[in-house]
Amino acid sequence: MTDTEHHVSKAKVSARDVNVHYGEKHALKHVDLEIREGEVTALIGPSGCGKSTFLRCINRMNDLVDTARVSGELVLDGQDIYHPSVDVVQLRARVGMVFQKPNPFPKSIYDNVAYGPRIHGLANDKTELDEIVRSSLEKAGLLGEVEDRLQEAGTGLSGGQQQRLCIARAIAVAPEVILMDEPCSALDPIATAKVEELIDELRENFTIVIVTHSMQQAARVSQRTAFFHLGELIEVGDTERIFTNPRHPLTQGYITGRFG
Amino acid sequence: MSQHTVKSFDEELSHLANILARMGGLAEAQLASALQALSRRDSELAARVVASDQRIDELEQEVQNFTVRMLALRQPVAADLRHIVAALKISSEIERIGDYAANVAKRALVLNQLPAVKPLSAVLHMATLVQEILKEVLDATVEQDLDKAIRVWNRDEEVDDMYTGLFRELLTYMMEDPRTITACSHLMFMAKNIERIGDHATNIAEVLHFVVNGTALKGARPKGGGGGLDIEGGH
Repeated sequence: MTDTEHHVSKAKVSARDVNVHYGEKHALKHVDLEIREGEVTALIGPSGCGKSTFLRCINRMNDLVDTARVSGELVLDGQDIYHPSVDVVQLRARVGMVFQKPNPFPKSIYDNVAYGPRIHGLANDKTELDEIVRSSLEKAGLLGEVEDRLQEAGTGLSGGQQQRLCIARAIAVAPEVILMDEPCSALDPIATAKVEELIDELRENFTIVIVTHSMQQAARVSQRTAFFHLGELIEVGDTERIFTNPRHPLTQGYITGRFG
Repeated sequence: MSQHTVKSFDEELSHLANILARMGGLAEAQLASALQALSRRDSELAARVVASDQRIDELEQEVQNFTVRMLALRQPVAADLRHIVAALKISSEIERIGDYAANVAKRALVLNQLPAVKPLSAVLHMATLVQEILKEVLDATVEQDLDKAIRVWNRDEEVDDMYTGLFRELLTYMMEDPRTITACSHLMFMAKNIERIGDHATNIAEVLHFVVNGTALKGARPKGGGGGLDIEGGH
């Protein structure tokens, strides 16, 4: 679906006629979608609508599923994400991901954040690595809470802190895009608010795509909202418009709770 | 539109529509009674209209409480949100209409103490038109009939034209016979009140446009005449 609303920033990720099959199942159908730089794009829709499948195309997480077949064009800054020459590890350094359930490594807080920079060789010495860890924790709004116990286990933090640790881990490798798959579904309202506030701050430096089942969350954190239904992208537009005056009856039905 | 998965939400929306319909009906009845009190010089009826205004105010308060509750608990979006916000706005429009009807009744109480003056029939004539417009717009609200609402919106021009004519007629009367100044001044304010009811009816039509289409009714409302009105400093 084309969209003629104001174009403030350029497309960071462009999908053109993207299809995903899981074996016989056509999970994502002819999706055209532009993810704009420096904005938060929320993907919403009922379970099984393809929103997570689309999210996982952007950093080729679907490669890990044997039966998955992706066709069409997915472009990151003009570069075809699915081109055979693309190094998937490098791609995932540029396109980070945060999952539904906080999944810190069973290591110290420090090592959780240092993990990515170490394997990608982003720091020349201990001082540089320390700096990356501290600034990533700072950006994730966690530094103040863990500064004096960086060597303690990441798994010992509260759920909300663990999720912010995972965000710190994701941003430590200086990605350009951060994908979030229901990042707050396991968190209480206060921890959720902190993550949402963080998302708003991260938008300055990163392009964010978030899958969420919470309409209110999509409304609160995103600038653009895309609604998926049965594998199709039904409608995309400015979040404000989608939540006040959606054009498609399916969007209207979904966000107002009229079908399930 | 199909029903919500959560049925109590639908019940709340229809409860809201019911209160509005009751408010609208009351306002219509209040205006009709005020005009009857005026034409029949029935001070008892006029006093009843003044006293009954409170009922509309109470309903407005009920709409306000209920919409705030729905906004807090349901966190509505899209068409639901527009409906609920519109209910809030429409209820305050109707409340104002009720106030104007009560004001007409109050002045009728005074007017009934004075000798009858001729321009009364012209005021009543304009009032009949406003009553029609009010009825139409309230029906349009209940039926969510946008075409009907737009027709109402356009008809307000007729009221404005009549009001302008009436204004001149009353001025002429007072100049010819200064003894009628008291009565005619009251009539002038009544005419203004009635004309304002027409304006609030068009406001309701505009709200309805927002409910149905999600956009504002475009373009300036057709305005009639206006000659001599600026002196009075209305709007």
